[in-house]
Amino acid sequence: MADKPRIKLPKEAAKGEVIQIKTLVSHVMESGQRKDAQGKAIPRKIINKFACEFNGKPVFSCALEPAISANPYVQFDARVDEAGTFKFSWTDDDGTVITAEEKIALKA
Amino acid sequence: MKAINRRQAFALGGGFVMLTLMPMAADAEVSNDAAKWIEKFTGGKQPAKGKISLDLPEIAENGNTVPLSINIESPMTAESHVTDVLIIADGNPNAGVATLSFTPLSGKAEASIRIRLATTQNVVAVAKMSDGSLFTEQKTVKVTIGGCGG
Repeated sequence: MADKPRIKLPKEAAKGEVIQIKTLVSHVMESGQRKDAQGKAIPRKIINKFACEFNGKPVFSCALEPAISANPYVQFDARVDEAGTFKFSWTDDDGTVITAEEKIALKA
Repeated sequence: MKAINRRQAFALGGGFVMLTLMPMAADAEVSNDAAKWIEKFTGGKQPAKGKISLDLPEIAENGNTVPLSINIESPMTAESHVTDVLIIADGNPNAGVATLSFTPLSGKAEASIRIRLATTQNVVAVAKMSDGSLFTEQKTVKVTIGGCGG
């Protein structure tokens, strides 16, 4: 359905460094407010939750409403204390979950 | 009435221009469930002003994607951090925009998203700290083309 989410974060970070993570996922984010050519309301279909965890611990999450633009872009920060894996997930109204993973190493 | 001299005439003209350039009353009529959202989030407590810097364009040409950045002053340690931030648009058909949840692992209470605004309105952010205190900030955005279909 959707394309692969795009995630931008550094490959490595110093211990304790706060890094910036940018994410973008392709999604129509149909608000439920629009009407089609016949005047019927187009049903709502959005990503209603985005979450990021690092080595199993929650880092950042957000509940999204129809007022989020199409192809939701979320930028946030994370503190890196150890090498590990960031897990990202986007939950659709229909229950589908889009997931992605990114690894980060500690600077020597 | 005393005739005004040239200098006074200029001063008057300047004052008039200032008046017309002043933004129209910022408090637009709240037409949606914004108050309910805020009450649910705060539990009826009155949030204080400050700590939050909310970055939005003054004029948004396209209401379909309005960049929003928020940054909250906080050490973001296990003892003292921002837990949740509610973002509300008081002129949209539905007031809710997003609820951001931070943890000490976030490092900074900072995030950017892109939002839809149907019309010229206020965007309100309310932040909840780990000690239960609440802070709020709001910005008025002028929207040239609305972003809710139609």
